[in-house]
Amino acid sequence: MSVIRIVSVGKVNQEITQMIARHVKGMFGCEVDVIRALPNPGYAYDEKKGQYSSALILRRLAELCDSSVAKFLAITDVDLFIPMLTFVYGQAQLAGRVAIVSIARLKPEFYGLPPDKDLTVRRIRKEVSHELGHTFGLVHCADKSCLMSLSTEIMQVDLKSEDLCRNCWIVLEENLKKNEKAISNQPLAFSS
Amino acid sequence: MKTQWEILVVDDEEITRESLAAWLREDGYAVDSAPSGRIAAEKSKEKDYAIYFIDLKMPGGMDGIETMMEIRKIRPEASIIIITAYATVDTAISAMKEGAQEYIVKPCNPKEISILVERIIKVKNLQRENMILRKKLMKQYSFHDIISKNPKMQEIFQLIQEISSLKSTVLIQGESGTGKELIARAIHYSGDRASKPFICVSCAALAETLLESELFGHEKGAFTGAVSQKKGKFELADGGTIFLDEIGDISPKLQIDLLRVLQEKTFYRVGGAEELSVDVRVIAATNCDLEEAVKSGKFRDDLFYRLNVINIHIPPLRERREDIPLLVRSFIERLSPELGKEIDDITESGLKLLMDYDWAGNVRELENAVERAMVTCKNKVLSDEDFGFLELNGNRRRIWRVPDNLRLDEVEKLVIEATIKRTGGNIKEAAVILGIDRSTLYEKIRRYGIER
Repeated sequence: MSVIRIVSVGKVNQEITQMIARHVKGMFGCEVDVIRALPNPGYAYDEKKGQYSSALILRRLAELCDSSVAKFLAITDVDLFIPMLTFVYGQAQLAGRVAIVSIARLKPEFYGLPPDKDLTVRRIRKEVSHELGHTFGLVHCADKSCLMSLSTEIMQVDLKSEDLCRNCWIVLEENLKKNEKAISNQPLAFSS
Repeated sequence: MKTQWEILVVDDEEITRESLAAWLREDGYAVDSAPSGRIAAEKSKEKDYAIYFIDLKMPGGMDGIETMMEIRKIRPEASIIIITAYATVDTAISAMKEGAQEYIVKPCNPKEISILVERIIKVKNLQRENMILRKKLMKQYSFHDIISKNPKMQEIFQLIQEISSLKSTVLIQGESGTGKELIARAIHYSGDRASKPFICVSCAALAETLLESELFGHEKGAFTGAVSQKKGKFELADGGTIFLDEIGDISPKLQIDLLRVLQEKTFYRVGGAEELSVDVRVIAATNCDLEEAVKSGKFRDDLFYRLNVINIHIPPLRERREDIPLLVRSFIERLSPELGKEIDDITESGLKLLMDYDWAGNVRELENAVERAMVTCKNKVLSDEDFGFLELNGNRRRIWRVPDNLRLDEVEKLVIEATIKRTGGNIKEAAVILGIDRSTLYEKIRRYGIER
């Protein structure tokens, strides 16, 4: 059976990592294993921006990903960017194996609001499923309530549901069947 | 359906290039990337990308503006977005002047790129939809390669279907270049004779004796040079249709021979004694006024009545200007591959110029003009500038001048006569054109003694 491996990068609460593991198992019906956390990704830090390059972190993850693993998901507390964009909530290898989600901008505190654990958990679940959806070949969906719709601001993350629309479910189910065959050497894909 | 649109990202920095390409791929677009302007230009020759993202600062060789200009030469309709990290008004103005559709400063908010691409793609989708609808419309108004939405032409199409399987002779009248042969072919290929021969003879092209031999054939030794027996066009058309173009130009002797064929369905080869019988439908055409020729004794009235069993009058192009856009676009579509050009439309100003032109040579002249413009056109779209030669010819629509020494009632009489002639004697239609009641028109016809 396919294995989805989860790793935290930097300072991520273990409770969150375990919650993500349960959620991923339920959503994708795959075996999930959580490995020991990786340290802060200083190699990807950009001093000018004060952010971390998600592309560089993904490259490192791809190197660490052994062939027995179907998907390798990283959760990080650091704020991510790609050169063209001011930030990204996460990044994934489209129809590939690696993905990363940052929880930095998913916390209400980032926007000067009081902490809200439930809201943060809901947002993390959505973004994790969204990025893993990309690794299973799903592209952005025009249905704004679908989990795979593009979110360029936090309100859009909140407005979309935790479910896929009917069409995206069909594509995901088909791709899950195909997933037994390892997918590799795909171009990197990014999402905000 | 985003995947149908392809995007090219041009940036010398790999991480920037690939991360943007990947971000767009997640959005469902097919994305290629190029590390330099030179490679981008090469790629644009191979593929028609909907959008180009080009970094302004690229070291060595072509920078962003040069790359854009090079791509514009190859793909004038391309949507180009210039990317830069240096937000200066000068570079923005310079990029826009050279034809960039948009200008973005990196890094930008994800929402900006998303909205930008969506907006451009929306326009591209509308353009594509417009093209598909236009093709459907062309199909709707197309009848056996004849394109028209003009009510009179639509009536002709209807008439063709009704008469296609009859045996009656047809006389097609219309100015040169209006498509008389196309109408004749449409009649033949719509009817029961479609699988049989359609033989076309231009009566004006041959001298009397040659035409006689051409139509009826000759026996060996019938005249000097007749070294063997030869079948004429009537024999070759047996079971099918013979189209006699420019019938008004045939000699009195041939008029008699033709009359005999139409009456008796029999004829003799030149120099032959054997009477031959054929089953041929005759369609004749002329661009001259045969009724006038009959009146002046140049054309036999009995032959005219034999030919004029079913009469089709094709209106000149200037009386169906609404067809010009349809015709022009169909010529562009057909001629583009023939000429090896990637031209797919015409600008509004170009169409206006063609709509205003007089087209003395009708559809044929229009087709020639479009072809000539396409040969010299450097862009993907024809414009009024490509038709400069039309204006040079000084053949713009003639301005109507008030005739000298004419009383008002005489002018009115002339206008009414011309309108009635134009409507083929249809008083109701003439009244509508003249903007008066039918009863008023009848009164004026009576008062001026106008013949209908």
